[in-house]
Amino acid sequence: MAEQTVEQVPVLVVGGGPAGMAAARAARLGGARVVLVESGDDLGGQYWRHLPAERQAAREQGGRVAGRPHRGVHQDVPHPGWARFRRMRDDLLRDAGCEVVLGGHVWSVDRRDGAPPLVHVLVGPPDGNGRQPRAFEPAALVLATGAHERTLPFPGWDLPGVFTAGAAQALAKGERVAVGRRVLVAGSGPFLLPVASSLVRTGARVVGVVEAAGRAQLARGWGSRPWRLLPALAKGGELAGYVRDLAAYRIPYRTGAAVVAAHGTDRVEAVTVARLTPGWAPVPGSARRIAVDAVCVGHGFVPRAELATSAGCALGADGSVVVDAGQRTSVPGVLTAGELAGIGGVDLALAEGEIAGSVAAGRAPSPAAVRTRSVFREFAARLAAAHEIRPGWQAWVDDHTIVCRCEDVTAGELRSVAALTGSRGLRSLKLTTRAGLGSCQGRTCGRSVEEILGPAGLVDAGRTARRPLAIPVRLGEIAATAAAGEDVR
Amino acid sequence: MASDAETVRIEVAGEPVDGLAGQTIAGILMAGGRLSWRRSRTGRPRGVFCGIGVCFDCLVVVNGLRDVRACQRRAVDGDRVEFQRDDVAEHAGGQEDDHG
Amino acid sequence: MGAGIVGAATARVLARAGCDVVVVDRGATAGGTSASGEGNILVSDKGPGAELLLTWRTLAAWARVREELRDELPAGFPDLEFDRKGGLVVATSPEGAEALLAFARTQRAAGVRAEIVDDARAHELEPDLTPDLTSAVFYPEDAQVQPVVATEALLAAARRHGARVRQRVEVTGPLLAGGRLAGVRTTAGDLFADAVVLAAGPWSAGVAERLGVALPVRPRRGTVLVTSRMPARVRHKVYDADYVGAVGSGSADLQVSSVVESTAAGTVLIGSSRERRGFDDRIEARVLAALAAKALVLFPFLADAQVIRAYGGFRPYVPDHLPIIGADPRLPGLWHATGHEGAGIGLSLATADLLHDLILAPETADPLADAFRPDRPGLPQEHPDGAT
Repeated sequence: MAEQTVEQVPVLVVGGGPAGMAAARAARLGGARVVLVESGDDLGGQYWRHLPAERQAAREQGGRVAGRPHRGVHQDVPHPGWARFRRMRDDLLRDAGCEVVLGGHVWSVDRRDGAPPLVHVLVGPPDGNGRQPRAFEPAALVLATGAHERTLPFPGWDLPGVFTAGAAQALAKGERVAVGRRVLVAGSGPFLLPVASSLVRTGARVVGVVEAAGRAQLARGWGSRPWRLLPALAKGGELAGYVRDLAAYRIPYRTGAAVVAAHGTDRVEAVTVARLTPGWAPVPGSARRIAVDAVCVGHGFVPRAELATSAGCALGADGSVVVDAGQRTSVPGVLTAGELAGIGGVDLALAEGEIAGSVAAGRAPSPAAVRTRSVFREFAARLAAAHEIRPGWQAWVDDHTIVCRCEDVTAGELRSVAALTGSRGLRSLKLTTRAGLGSCQGRTCGRSVEEILGPAGLVDAGRTARRPLAIPVRLGEIAATAAAGEDVR
Repeated sequence: MASDAETVRIEVAGEPVDGLAGQTIAGILMAGGRLSWRRSRTGRPRGVFCGIGVCFDCLVVVNGLRDVRACQRRAVDGDRVEFQRDDVAEHAGGQEDDHG
Repeated sequence: MGAGIVGAATARVLARAGCDVVVVDRGATAGGTSASGEGNILVSDKGPGAELLLTWRTLAAWARVREELRDELPAGFPDLEFDRKGGLVVATSPEGAEALLAFARTQRAAGVRAEIVDDARAHELEPDLTPDLTSAVFYPEDAQVQPVVATEALLAAARRHGARVRQRVEVTGPLLAGGRLAGVRTTAGDLFADAVVLAAGPWSAGVAERLGVALPVRPRRGTVLVTSRMPARVRHKVYDADYVGAVGSGSADLQVSSVVESTAAGTVLIGSSRERRGFDDRIEARVLAALAAKALVLFPFLADAQVIRAYGGFRPYVPDHLPIIGADPRLPGLWHATGHEGAGIGLSLATADLLHDLILAPETADPLADAFRPDRPGLPQEHPDGAT
């Protein structure tokens, strides 16, 4: 096995979304050399997802609506802050002191005591083979890996045509594909609004936006002490734009309700929407069937904390990484910014990224960034209160509902194995039912599995975020990763 | 100056399919009318679910390589895409060699 | 003390015999080593000796116990997936072949079914096996069980016979009465007992220390890679011949010998590493790389396999590589059932049966038990790995 060089780098940033880009930029301004690793083939992350370069300048024949040709001109899908993104991106790509590694997939990190871990990267296409291995030893590591959506299971959610809300965005912004022609958007959180806006601009008809939180829950979050939201007025402008779209496209917005079932044989053909109690349990007799050909459901976000966990960082109860005022984690030399430090949207991510980058470069963070962070942390706290998932959702999950999509494990199987074995161990129950052991390693189902098994009180809850392999890797690629020299310093 | 989009030609389950340069395999499949192309462990049809590469529902076989996320992989001219089946038969163990 | 496979098997056997049994574990049932392995029940890696005899007994016991469990377990209980898979040990170098054949000869002399197979037969058994093998031996007796289900099944059966299983209860100290162990102090109160059985796997030394005795059991780290599910191409357990050497070694450095097998779920498991590094549970790329490289020597086709998971565990390791089973001569009332290293599943039932005899009917206990006594010659009281 050939010896692989370990590259020493002052500041390594993992994740090229808003937080990572802001961190790289701030570290550069602080005088440090930076390597920014991004798994996609361009910077921007999920928030600034866009058409690939090959398609940006091109003229395309109409559009595509999940298989049906759609006449008419594409409207540009809204990209708030697009000019800012372009500037940041171009600056980073032009900067000789910042190496941007696109197609860089961090597959594992070697934890070190009291220091940043060794970071192992494979460079090449996603799920490729024979990708190029690189290993980094950062003096400071900024983790900005973002978040992914959580979608609560419901009967029929595994039918083709049922997507997360984020998928609608990703396909709209990145592919100019609309997920369907008659689409319902449902779930919880302000993210549902930009999703509806993106969908209408790709030619879909959005038949409604259904928010699970009722008016009382929403008011508690958004409405209390509204003066504290004043500094975030600019954010209000962006949201106002989405609300205008709802009116302009006549999209009904309904609160205190949820999709409690999807119906169809090979694809979704209709959904059942029911009113919810304040605790999110379906109200009997309130169910209404709506014909759709696609439904997009999202219930908030889950930080992608596997690298932070492998590095030894302490996590909070909500799965985010615990940070101090300088965005430092519990591991010396490891910092984090963006959704990973707590779900809070792009403005918070940019502020936190700037702080983390400055601190990583050994500089004091700018007072402006610190102020912006506290404004948008308040915003994020409102978000959490207004849209937090309430336990009544389990009432719409019947025994036949698939909970683990990768392994097709139903809620009934989970409940019965827990009862039959009397086990209260999450690890034992996962290994017995196979829930969470498939390719996604519990990203999609993990929290739902824990909450369904939860009534008995799990002894080892919260294990789901432990993933020593952050992404799937080919066995040949692992073998080709030479042992990093033990005494490289 | 805008120019016409470049096409790529790939093969999907043996049939030639045209897409636009830069499209992901999922984008090409969905633009062509498909919502599902994989069979899950119990044979259920699956396609894109999360669209951002975390759910692993959209897997396809590309040029003989299994477990490729269609929503992440940009199509390359000449790619041979096959539909992945994860309802594989469980192996029979050593039954034919069972020495009792 | 300990709700892993050995504690579960012991609890069941004693509960069936009419004893009032309580199982305590500071964590969840099947929460330790029993959930970290592949569920191996192997004769292939056993030279002639006491461990081999214990393995044969466990194999025989599984046949009986599976029948008994059918009555003891409720309908719908998950399947134990017991599979008499057979194991194929493969050498890929001339030295490896020599060592393997020599070992197989001693095994055959002791009655192990070790079939030396030629190249053609090896590839009949495993069509995707490397063409570069120098020698291969097939062990039809090697078997496997789903270790977590097996543990939970034995506990469920024990409960059926009246045993109580208490999770998240940690032993904090001894209850002594006239120089005898009369029970244990726990985080949930005092538990009095006529016999206290220590079956805490790699954590046994820590528990023993709380009870006032030293036990030469230390953790030996192992790591496993798991692939996504794929059409089955590996039909048996397949090991490279280095496996035998790795088990018997006392070296603390990383040792890797390849073990590859398919599971009922369609995934392929790739092991096996051995390191002595205390309870350090970090996973390092260099260990994964070594596992991967050795697996590819056996099955080149696996280069394309998508690895989705890596996990590790700790084996309870004793310096003379034999489990510790029997009464503690220093502390009457304390019984040991630990130190099974990587063979806990494969030695579990026979350990339980031995302990049952030793505790309840010592005059009938098999002389085989002598080999595992805590005070056997050749077992140092101090473990070379030092303090716990």
